[in-house]
Amino acid sequence: MRALLLSMPVVLMLAVGLAFPAHAQFAGVGRDATDAEVKAWDIDVRPDFKGLPPGSGSVSAGEQLWTGKCASCHGDFGDDNHVFTPLVGNTTAEDIKTGRVAALKAGGSARTTFTKVNTVSTLWDYIHRAMPWDAPKSLSSDNVYAVLAYLLNLAEVVPADYVLSDRNIAEVQARMPNRNGMTRAHGLWEVNGKPDTQNQACMKDCQAEVKISSALPDYALNAHGNLADQNRTFGAVRGRVTDPKAAASKPAAAPANAVVTALLGARGCTGCHGMETKIIGPGFKEVAGKYQTRADVKAYLADKIAKGGSGVWGSAAMPPQAQLSKSELESIAAWLAAGAQP
Amino acid sequence: MNPDDRQPGRVRKAPENFLGAEFVRELGRDGVNAERRNFLRKSFLAAGAALAGAPLASALAASPGAGDPDILNLPPWSKMLGQPVAARPYGLPSGYEANLVRRQSPGLTSVPQASVSFAPLQGLFGIITPSGLHFERHHQGWVDVDPARHRLMINGLVKRPRVYTMDDLMRLPSVSRIHFLECGANTGMEWGNVAVPTVQYTHGMLSGSEFTGVLLSTLLEDAGFDRVKGKYILAEGADGSGMTRTIAMERALDDVMVAYGMNGEMLRPENGYPLRLVVPGVQGVSWVKWLRRIEVGDQPYGTKDETSHYVDLMPDGMLRQYTSIQEAKSVITSPSGGQVLLNKGFYNLTGLAWSGRGRIRKVDVSFDGGKNWRTARLENPVLPKALTRFNIDWVWDGSPAILQSRAVDETGYVQPTYAQLRAVRGTRSIYHNNAIQSWQVAASGDVANVQV
Ligand code: HEC
Ligand code: HEC
Repeated sequence: MRALLLSMPVVLMLAVGLAFPAHAQFAGVGRDATDAEVKAWDIDVRPDFKGLPPGSGSVSAGEQLWTGKCASCHGDFGDDNHVFTPLVGNTTAEDIKTGRVAALKAGGSARTTFTKVNTVSTLWDYIHRAMPWDAPKSLSSDNVYAVLAYLLNLAEVVPADYVLSDRNIAEVQARMPNRNGMTRAHGLWEVNGKPDTQNQACMKDCQAEVKISSALPDYALNAHGNLADQNRTFGAVRGRVTDPKAAASKPAAAPANAVVTALLGARGCTGCHGMETKIIGPGFKEVAGKYQTRADVKAYLADKIAKGGSGVWGSAAMPPQAQLSKSELESIAAWLAAGAQP
Repeated sequence: MNPDDRQPGRVRKAPENFLGAEFVRELGRDGVNAERRNFLRKSFLAAGAALAGAPLASALAASPGAGDPDILNLPPWSKMLGQPVAARPYGLPSGYEANLVRRQSPGLTSVPQASVSFAPLQGLFGIITPSGLHFERHHQGWVDVDPARHRLMINGLVKRPRVYTMDDLMRLPSVSRIHFLECGANTGMEWGNVAVPTVQYTHGMLSGSEFTGVLLSTLLEDAGFDRVKGKYILAEGADGSGMTRTIAMERALDDVMVAYGMNGEMLRPENGYPLRLVVPGVQGVSWVKWLRRIEVGDQPYGTKDETSHYVDLMPDGMLRQYTSIQEAKSVITSPSGGQVLLNKGFYNLTGLAWSGRGRIRKVDVSFDGGKNWRTARLENPVLPKALTRFNIDWVWDGSPAILQSRAVDETGYVQPTYAQLRAVRGTRSIYHNNAIQSWQVAASGDVANVQV
């Protein structure tokens, strides 16, 4: 017995040693990934093309894929604006030479994808992981090479007979229109980076004059809807009525559900009925659920509430609810028929 | 409107207020037609009449001297049995709060799955954003991931690529920390000029939450990451967009978390359920949602949202890449644009301040557009890289005013004016607009978004 007790810790240690390699600080938590698992998920492609799978695709194959899988959102020539900002446009042959897109400096003109993206790896990686938008991760590697070749041709980076592959993609990188257009010289990467501005916490007589340089024109006040409806209707402030029509109809706009639920309290129904569950009678949600498909549900319930009765939900009886007016009965029945929302 | 007419709870005879709080103040949720509204109004009035005497009659009868009808006539809720426990097993806000919801900015984006909804900062309190009101930014819609099938992989420059299930992650040593989360494009619509009416749209891509999870350093160490060559990590999402962002190893080892909890419950699906990265002080896009993979590498990754978006356009046409830190910023949340002051007199002016570089040291408030400033009270707690609530007393004398707030963080950095910021960054940067916000108060009590 004594010998057995002594040997137990040794056995345990051995078992632990086998199950969890000596490095595991958190015994029993997590496991090593298999090669196949890493391969399945490690899909990113870096600017130095680490992670780029071998393969190829031609501009013409890409055009076909584009028409079937991309054009509906991005337009036949990648310059459409109706779903997302244009992918192609606003770059020049000169940009391809210099690696700086002049339109970015000029300002005013639309920033297309090709005016900004400096690394072609990005486009390969992104199309492969996320496009088509409504069917992401459905393209094969060769498909990605092909649609990317087509896009590059639209952007006049490669000719119409180009076949893009893992072997020549570095040449394409050397022609990306904005390849020299990125800078990391700024203070917003490091927590202790140097800020751009040096404001002072002046407290008194900090400036002589205050001029308003920009304000919202009146016509834009209601562009986000009636602001009165975007603030509480009690408290220190109100929302401004920016929609005159909303103001006119305001007093009558009480939500139907709240009116009925207040009525259920005022008429004593909630003493016997829970909103969701049974008290003495069934929960109102249960009632609503039971009669979801019944055609004459409103008439049936109005009548039953007025007259009371038993036997549908059990032996307990509901007394006649004679205190309800006809319109109250109808509004409660309609509320139940609509799902008994709080 | 005469400001003196906006005084709820005061005895007055204005006939349009006869319906009482529970009726009038709950407005316009479900677009009922006029006929139906009238019907409901009648039925409700009848109900009120039977229960507590008609509010209509009593309100009209009450002479200004008699007292507030809301006091003189007991409301229905004082005379009824309330709802049972667990009537709503997962609680909901009062129906009277329906106005404060996440909203989109019309025309900002063309498709709602690659879009933004803004948090109603104008009505929120303290430093924690209710999870259901947390702003949303999705690039390819949101998904509800099955936690039993979710995995986190760590690979790249590590001794042992690792896989963790949610079971694994929730067994590991956990931390809970309060941090702000701000989209890099918050206030982006305002770079050139005033564009939107309220603080919901100017600053509503901002939230504060308590996150619970595992420090990323714990996992990186478990995987045996390469301390010499490992300079960057890539974080990748499990959703259709497979969102990817590069993060500095220095940040990753500092306070970055792999979080599953938010404000005491699991993350909401819109915020990355069941697992997201928390990168304190850094713009929201790096807080990858539905997090499935962390790769350790020796170079940055140049992902789509590091080359085509979340790059800040400078006046010389260069794009700043890998801008990350959200610098010190503040905004008065009430009174704010699109609101109306009730009348002259006392107000508690309130707002939020935050800095991606640490704690907020102080917040000053100006009532005259920046000529003179007074220091506001900071409410506890004041935490690093977290929202900080400030309050200051204000007696409005009825004359026009311009309200501003200015944050100073623990590095001594002072939130810039628009002029200072534009002098360096121009007006086309889209991202990282942390300029001082101005709200103009008119003699009418109307508050409007302006720039000075
Ligand atoms: C159903 C609509 C739709 C289809 C189909 C579609 N896309 Fe997209 N695409 C989008 C949207 C929306 C975005 C922006 C996503 C975001 O906000 O992150 C986008 C983004 C892109 C981008 C990145 C642009 C940038 O600057 O961020 C590229 C490149 C792209 N798509 C290529 C393609 C290709 C190639 C195809 C076909 C294989 C395709 N798309 C099919 C909707 C679509
Ligand atoms: C004293 C308790 C009590 C009160 C008060 C009460 N009920 Fe009931 N109610 C019941 C019981 C018990 C049943 C189940 C009757 C049955 O099984 O047929 C019921 C059933 C119902 C049903 C379902 C009828 C059916 O056939 O499925 C509705 C609807 C309903 N009640 C509405 C109301 C409304 C509205 C009020 C208030 C005006 C109210 N009840 C007040 C006890 C009550």
